[in-house]
Amino acid sequence: MKQKNLILISATLLVLAFIVGALVYRSQKADAAGQAYQRDKTTYVRPYSPGYGNPAAKVEIVEFFDPACETCKQFYPLIKQLMAKYPDKIRLYARYTPFHQGSDTVLKMLAAAEKQGKFWETLEAVFAAQSYWTSQHQARPELVWNYIGGVGLDLARLKADMESREIAGMIQQDLADAKTLNVKATPEFFVNGKPLPTWGYEQLKALVEDEVKAAY
Amino acid sequence: MDAFRHEPLLMNSSDRAQDPFSWTLVFLCWLLAMVSMLGSLFFSEVMGYAPCVLCWYQRICMYPLVLILPVALLPFDRNIVRSVIPLTVAGTLVAGFHTLLVGGYIPEDMKPCTQGVPCTEFHINWFGFVTIPLLSAMAFLLITALLILAYRRSSP
Repeated sequence: MKQKNLILISATLLVLAFIVGALVYRSQKADAAGQAYQRDKTTYVRPYSPGYGNPAAKVEIVEFFDPACETCKQFYPLIKQLMAKYPDKIRLYARYTPFHQGSDTVLKMLAAAEKQGKFWETLEAVFAAQSYWTSQHQARPELVWNYIGGVGLDLARLKADMESREIAGMIQQDLADAKTLNVKATPEFFVNGKPLPTWGYEQLKALVEDEVKAAY
Repeated sequence: MDAFRHEPLLMNSSDRAQDPFSWTLVFLCWLLAMVSMLGSLFFSEVMGYAPCVLCWYQRICMYPLVLILPVALLPFDRNIVRSVIPLTVAGTLVAGFHTLLVGGYIPEDMKPCTQGVPCTEFHINWFGFVTIPLLSAMAFLLITALLILAYRRSSP
């Protein structure tokens, strides 16, 4: 039985060391990421990135999202709730991340809507109709047109902008930034530059609350 | 009657099989396997380094030891020790190949994985020569040597 105890104790100690090591490593990395973010936000937020909420807010959430991603759609109202809970303290930035087939066209549509100052309205319409224009994780952008009529966009201008090199460049830049920041799935969040310790809404909420507490 | 006649012999072999030194050797192997597994999981799951194909083959040889060696220890069973040696030898060969590949001793065009994560990527380089495949090769080599020693010492 002494032998059995020796094995059990060693296993427990090693696993504990692993967990403590992981926690220490993650918190150090998050601190470093937070400091790097304060020095230089370039890869996190581009000048053309759509923002929502008080521009002077001290807590910034950067979300890499895909309009065809179901989880992104489910997160959207949750983030709005979180922002309502701390009015004027949080600003949300959206980054274009076409990880689904066909999403790049929908993102061009959204980026063109941003040029008309209607990104968020369009995004809400696109998310609301998501199940009608996606099938089996593929976006069918030609169907999206049926659902954005109520937003009040200048559609002729939107179509022209969608073809522009400027907007194609934005999507490419965002994809390159996603790669730099090691974003492999959507939605991926950075709160003042800090990645989620593990992925999930509760973790996002906790991180945002920590940052609000630290900043205000 | 036969069983009765063999009893003293069985007792004797069981005494040898309980040889505390052999037990300790296999226990050390299990500790090494445990540290290797947790270490590799730390690299991939915590630090976020994606494992390449060769890393996965080494994991296939290492992770089972974590679960099987305790069976060989409670109580000591030299046949199980014998059974896992093929795994540790295979792991040693893959890790050795990987170490040579990373060290540049095997030419680039011989590397088996051109898609996905390149096997020649450096994630750590301690003191200028300690890489992850080298750590893996050392662990496999040590485990293999200790297991053979334990198997021989406990021979009835």
